[in-house]
Order: sequence, then C-alpha cells, then structure tokens
Amino acid sequence: MAVSILLPATEEPDSAPFWAAAREGRFVVQKCGQCGRLRFPPRPNCRACQSSEHNWVAMSGNGRIWSFAVAHKPVLPAFEPYAPFPIVIVALEEEPRLRIAGNVLTAPGAAINSVDVAMLKIDQRVKVSFEKVADDVSLPRWVLVK
Amino acid sequence: MRSPLKDRTAIAGIGQTVFGKGLPDSELALACRAIKLALEDAGIDAKEVDGLVSYSMQTAEEDEVSSALGLGDLTFFSRLPAGGGGSAGTICHAALGVATGQADVVVAYRSRKRSSRASRVWMQTDERVDRPREMWTRPWGVVRPVDELALFMRRYMQQYGATREHLANIAVAFRAHANRNPAAFMHSRPMSREEYMAARWISDPLCLFDCCLETDGAMAAVIVSAERAKDLKQKPVYIHAVAQGVVSESATMANFFSEDPLHTQAHACAKSLWRQSDIQPADIDVAQMYDAFTPEIFFCLEAYGFCKRGEGAAFTENGNITLGGKLPLNTSGGGLSEVYLHGFNMIVEGVKQMRGTSTAQVPDAESCFVCASDLNPTGAFVLRR
Repeated sequence: MAVSILLPATEEPDSAPFWAAAREGRFVVQKCGQCGRLRFPPRPNCRACQSSEHNWVAMSGNGRIWSFAVAHKPVLPAFEPYAPFPIVIVALEEEPRLRIAGNVLTAPGAAINSVDVAMLKIDQRVKVSFEKVADDVSLPRWVLVK
Repeated sequence: MRSPLKDRTAIAGIGQTVFGKGLPDSELALACRAIKLALEDAGIDAKEVDGLVSYSMQTAEEDEVSSALGLGDLTFFSRLPAGGGGSAGTICHAALGVATGQADVVVAYRSRKRSSRASRVWMQTDERVDRPREMWTRPWGVVRPVDELALFMRRYMQQYGATREHLANIAVAFRAHANRNPAAFMHSRPMSREEYMAARWISDPLCLFDCCLETDGAMAAVIVSAERAKDLKQKPVYIHAVAQGVVSESATMANFFSEDPLHTQAHACAKSLWRQSDIQPADIDVAQMYDAFTPEIFFCLEAYGFCKRGEGAAFTENGNITLGGKLPLNTSGGGLSEVYLHGFNMIVEGVKQMRGTSTAQVPDAESCFVCASDLNPTGAFVLRR
C-alpha cells in the first residue's frame, strides 16, 4: 500500500515533456503539428487527424472549476491529515474541453484543505500554481482567483 | 435490423452462494459452488460444459474452475475487461459462443471475495502511477471510484438540477426491494429517507448509502441454444438482444477528458442494442442496472433511452423505479442492497423475473433489460420469456 501521495511516473514517453515543463513552472499541452488541435492529457496521436506530429505549447494557467467533490475518510494514509479535502476538475481557459484533476488552494503553497468548501462553486476562476513534491515532480495545483 | 442472435440462445440455469462478509471459502470454492448449483438448476451434467465466460478482477480462472468441477474439454472462453463494466457482457459473449457453434453449454460466472478493507483495489495503487486514468487524477487525491463518481455527480446536479433527494429515491427503493429478498445482505435492514440523509459523507455529494456493498459471494448462469433450453428443467429465458459499447474518446471511470464527459459509455452500447432488439425501451417491463454508485442509474436511464438526457433524476420520482412503478429497477436490491458481485446479480435477477420467481416479482413481466456499469467498457442485453 502506498505511504506517500500517489506520484506520476515522469519518464513515460507520452507525458514526460509535460512533467519536464512543470518542473520549470510551465503548464503545457500538445498541439497537433498537422491540424493544430490542442489535446490533453497527452496522447501519441491527434484524434481529429491521427497525426503523431506535435509541439508542446504553454497555456496561460488560467482555468475554471468544471466540477468538485469533497473527499472524506477513508482515504490513503498520506491524505488522511487533510481529510475532508476538496478535489476538482479544472477546465483550461484557452480550450475548456481540456481538463485536469487537481486541488484548490487559498494561496500558492497552501494546504489542500485550505479552502472553505462551502465557498466552492462550479465555474469559479482558478490559476495554476506548481508545488514541488519530489525531485522530479512539480504538481500543478489551483489557487482560487478572487 | 434482423439480428442473427435474436432469441437463438437462452439462460437455462442460475446459481448463487450465500452472500456475506469474510466468508471462509476461497473465490475458487465459491465459484464452483455457484456453477454446480446453476448446472443442477438447468439439469445439465458438468461434463457437458464446454465454454466459460468471466471478467476481470477475480482469481478463479477457467482452467482451475474446469479442473475442480470436472467440466468437459473447453472450446470457448473469454474474459471481459473493466470489473463492473464486464458483467452483462458475459451473457453477450456466451450467446455469441453458443449461437456460432463454438460451444454448446457455456457457463458465465462471477466470484468475489473482497469484503475486507485491506483488499480494496484503491488501497493497493502503486506509489508511481503511469497509466492515463491514474496519472491525471491520483496525485491530487482523486483515488477511489467514489471520488470519480462524486465529481460527475456534482456536475450533473449543476447541469440538470438533480438533488440528493433523487439519489435517495434510488437508495431507498433498492433497499425496499432487498427487504423482500431473504438472500439479500440487507434483507433485515430497512432504510428510511431520513437515515439516508443522515449518513456520513464518503465523497460529497455522495454519502455511504450511495455506495454499493462490499460483500463476498458467487453467482453463475448456464447458456444453451434455444432449442436445447426447451427440453431442460426450467422454463427457458430467451436472450433476445445483446450489445457491447465504448464511446469514442471516453475513458474508464475518470472520463473527464472527453468533449462531453456525461456522454457515458452506454450510449454506444444502447445504439447497437436497440437496433437489434424488437423489444424497445418503452416495452421493457422491468430492468436491472449496474449500481456500484447511485448516480449510475441516472446515466443508464438516459443512455438507454428510458428517458431523455438530463431527465434521469426526475425519472426516479413518484415511485417510478419501485415495485408497482413505471419501470421497477433492481428488484433484488441490486449492488446497493443485495450483494456486490460486480453486477452479476443483475443477470440472475433478470432471469428470476422472467421465470416469475423474483421476491419482488413484476406481475406478468415479459421482458427485462440488464446492463453493466456505463462508466467502463460496457454491455447490455434484453431477456424475454
């Protein structure tokens, strides 16, 4: 059983560039080299034109809460000190059909249970904030925009 | 469309063990007991079994089951992916196997012994996650299936005006059905709406009673040709139409990354099923829908066309889904209140309804719809008398 929070493998070929950019504080997604469609999570091919050609492009890091829930115990031991804590799905501002799971915070570096869950709303604005949780892993989390 | 499978095969036998927590037997022993009972129910000798169908997340494998029970040589076997997405698909595959002559007697089965807390799948995740579903959810604490469902449900509530009252409609209705079923784990435990509302949160907006049971047990069904079924012990229950489905761009459980995440897997399955079936949603007398979590009922009602999109919650009002209502659902108590066997109890209860032997029998029911989890690669079928 996992004792730490669950970390992403950062050397998988399809997703390694995302985690490399994250270490530099940039939120990047793939852009199809043939038709220009943006895609996330990373995949080897564009679902619109099947091309495997792509570039990694930086997003603004702005987004909106697509949905949220509040995880109560029982949770994995590493999350127990924070439970109950909110979890969110964020839609990116540039392309709202691109979404990612995450945590919301009151300020960069704040705890994952820092937000009063009664204040959370779908469509609330958030801004990315990277937090280094291992040598190779900087996790994007989301700060509520006032 | 003229389907070459239509009414060509039948379920001729069903079997089930006792259900409980911490049963002493192994998954293999439970599987063998359920299969033996199903064969006795059908009046078929174990030596005649030449096909086995099961699904992922169980340890009782084909060769072990066959050796333990002294089955005949196997000429057809398949195993479906995705846990609760697999259940109904076993009947699809069994029907295909028998109708195409790959086997004459196919047994579909499920054995599960995972009621203890330590055996929960989500507790066993590796510390480094590399597959897409996990990499883009788990690091932030979206770890349990209930967390994934809770995120869907909050969005669904906002988009369509559903409330916890609608979730309660489901949990309370299925509990009442279980209270009529002596084999159900929750047989002697009635539940009021107030008790539902007072239950502890698991992943808000979902509470304890929005989640299925964690139980041990096994079930099996015997599938043969329609002709053979007519000569056996039980009244044949015909497999009228079968289908499987995965919606384009969808993902298992964590389907947050598609254009329209609430366009669930079942939409693809529904299109195929109703194209093959003479019996249409409005004709269905009773239905058994996968219910690891209450919101899946809304999604299935909509995807399979029992109501329009966004109307699944409202469909559960006015007693519509309880015995005596417009479309009685999960008449054995379902995964929420009978037993959680990754949806196999939906299949067995469907057969009982068609035989007229359910403990919550829908009078004169002539057709039953059964489906697996619509948040995974899924399956569904229509049974008729």
